[in-house]
Amino acid sequence: MTDPLKPPPKKDPQKVQAVPLLPPSMRSRAAMGLTAAAAEARFMLQHCARCGAVQYPPRDACRECLSVDLDWRDTDPRGVLIAETTVRTSPNLYFRGQAPWRTGTVRLEAGVSVVVHVHGDCVKGQAVRLINRLDRAGQGVLMALPEEATPDMADDPELRELTADPKHRRVLIADARADHTPALVQALRAAGATTIFLGEAEAWRPWPGRAALAALEGVHILPLDVTDTASVTELAGEIGGKVDILINNARFLRPGGVLSRTDTAWAREEMEVNALGLMRLAQAFGPGMRARGADGVNSAVAWVNILSAHALVPDPAYGAFDASQAAALSLSQSLRAEMRPGGVRVMNVFTGPTEDAWHQDVPPPKVTPGALARALVAGLREGCEEVWCGDVARDLAERWRKGPKVLEREMGGDT
Amino acid sequence: MTRRDYAGVVLAAPFSTPYTRYSTETAHHWIARALAGCLDAAGLRKDAVDGLSVASFTLFPDTPVGLTQHLGFSPRWLDSIPMGGASGVVAVRRAARAVQAGDADIVACVAGDTNQIDSFRKLLSSFSRFAMDAAYPYGYGGPNAMFALLTDRYMTEYGATRAEFGHLCVAQRANALRNPNAVMKTPLSLEDYLGARPIADPIALFDCVMPCAGAEAFLVMSEDAAARLGLRGARIAGTIERHNAFPDDPVQLRGGWAVDVDALWAQAGCGPEDMDLVQTYDDYPVISVLQFEDLGFCPKGEGAAWLAARDLTVSGDLPHNTSGGQLSAGQAGAAGGFLGLVEAIRQVTGTAGPTQVAGAARALVSGFGMINYDRGLCSGAAVIEGVA
Repeated sequence: MTDPLKPPPKKDPQKVQAVPLLPPSMRSRAAMGLTAAAAEARFMLQHCARCGAVQYPPRDACRECLSVDLDWRDTDPRGVLIAETTVRTSPNLYFRGQAPWRTGTVRLEAGVSVVVHVHGDCVKGQAVRLINRLDRAGQGVLMALPEEATPDMADDPELRELTADPKHRRVLIADARADHTPALVQALRAAGATTIFLGEAEAWRPWPGRAALAALEGVHILPLDVTDTASVTELAGEIGGKVDILINNARFLRPGGVLSRTDTAWAREEMEVNALGLMRLAQAFGPGMRARGADGVNSAVAWVNILSAHALVPDPAYGAFDASQAAALSLSQSLRAEMRPGGVRVMNVFTGPTEDAWHQDVPPPKVTPGALARALVAGLREGCEEVWCGDVARDLAERWRKGPKVLEREMGGDT
Repeated sequence: MTRRDYAGVVLAAPFSTPYTRYSTETAHHWIARALAGCLDAAGLRKDAVDGLSVASFTLFPDTPVGLTQHLGFSPRWLDSIPMGGASGVVAVRRAARAVQAGDADIVACVAGDTNQIDSFRKLLSSFSRFAMDAAYPYGYGGPNAMFALLTDRYMTEYGATRAEFGHLCVAQRANALRNPNAVMKTPLSLEDYLGARPIADPIALFDCVMPCAGAEAFLVMSEDAAARLGLRGARIAGTIERHNAFPDDPVQLRGGWAVDVDALWAQAGCGPEDMDLVQTYDDYPVISVLQFEDLGFCPKGEGAAWLAARDLTVSGDLPHNTSGGQLSAGQAGAAGGFLGLVEAIRQVTGTAGPTQVAGAARALVSGFGMINYDRGLCSGAAVIEGVA
């Protein structure tokens, strides 16, 4: 049985901040395939394209037939925990700090033995299922979970290290006014977030739903304009040390590509909010979060951007907006590398067209606020770097992986 | 095809440096000391050595090639044995063939490593690609964690107990107390063993070797050359070597010895019961147990209890790891793969001094090495006997 996680004690300002430490992060290029799959919380192993043999650890050639054609494929995660140990001392500082640490050997039905992290509720000799998650160093690692869910299983200390679970954490949502913010607030509170800060630009402008949000316990509406460096810096000075999860949902969107507009005014605004807004937030909140990556139960754990899946490839009908999304995606990848020393995850939630006024003429399926909130919280609980929200986003991602050039032409329409 | 024997070749001039827990010196230093000691024992000048076989983890950025210039050797035959705990047996196999073929007259086999503060941690971090990709990210317990998994599985499968493993460790400590070069100098009781600090369950402190600095060396030459030099030599009755045996076993509960055991005893012309002493590779007690089982001393799965019923000390009915083994003498990197072999040469040539087993004529030496991921890949064994 997992002990439910206790709320963190009030922080002692006299104590020295725990320095974020990372597990070993060196990997061969082949092993990075596990990391790429873990970014989406998929359990994948290499399969030989010629003879089908499953490989582990990741290799450059098949152990059965020497074929160099090895594909990463979704794999049956079921197996049996056949040996276990508890590491009580380690020359690695991260594991030294985390000790005791349970690891074990799982024999997979796929026919390979795998050394894995072991959830406290797993029983030796019994069936387990493996998950593939990013660890604090941002590398894919495998963990055995009990076959059936157990009470409070997400609170297992080893599993918690692999996730960005909102439980007992404090969240800043950059734009209180966004259509999906009430749904996000609801989902985060249901997931155990203790405090939710909501950023509000141009407070003089009334908006529906404000009173309902403001009335919720633990929800605080505070001034924040991501296009104004002073505003961002001021808020960071006030609450920066208490933001464990930052959700950057500020967005400015107008239809139109390059020739369908006559000037760059809206494009400039899109860049200001969608790309440079991310950068301003990051410059104000990022360093503090990175330093608080090992701050106990409510350590800083994740930075979330909500992006259009068209960051990958533009829909010319929204071409200028999509350019700002591509810029934001690129910035998020830099930010991810820069946050990594603190063990703070940068997660992008890619959506298809959202159910809002700016997508009136776009046919369904469209992403509802509730669906977006569910996907985002699930992504945090799985510690993802990439979440594809909605059928359109998943479809785009798959087509993009198969051939970005083909997809570009398809996006161009039939004319 | 039957394997050719090792007629006409002997092992001689065994030499061990004292071991130290930490050293500010380099692998070059320790290897030089062992080679010098070995040549002194043989009464040979350096230039008499025309073959060199080196096993070391800490020569970086040098290799044995760089070592020839560093130490001023001009060998016509040079070997590098990157096989850790199997390096002694493998070095013998190759050097003996070189001498038989005339590719070298006198081969100096040496293994040594330094242990600077933090060098064990650095060695671990670059040990192997599979370890880097698939072992270290999971608790970073190093070999302790991997052998803990193996020990756990062994105990579950065969019902072996910690006390049975302890019997082996306690006997080796008693042997080490006779060996002035051993790192461990205090007696160990079964209570000490069972009450020791847990490291990676079920592995506790006295199941683990102490990384240290030191080196071991011996010479391989023709029987005639040894006679000319007035050296007592040890003949090689039989040997085996195997890598990555049983790759589909879910957890390693047997090593390559189990593949080749019949070939070993057939070539040696004797059996386990004929051994006056046994030197196993004892990085963890469970590994010694696997060697006794796989080399035919007792049935599979019964090794721990079988050994617990025997006196494994120098004066016992089955003298085992007579210099204390790695568990009590220390593990000087690759020299751990030479420790048992060098001691066995001393034993069968009657030069073991304080650890001498009375009347020792034949010894089994077994090696095991290289935890590439979840199991040791290299195994080897040799039967040696004193030249009457």
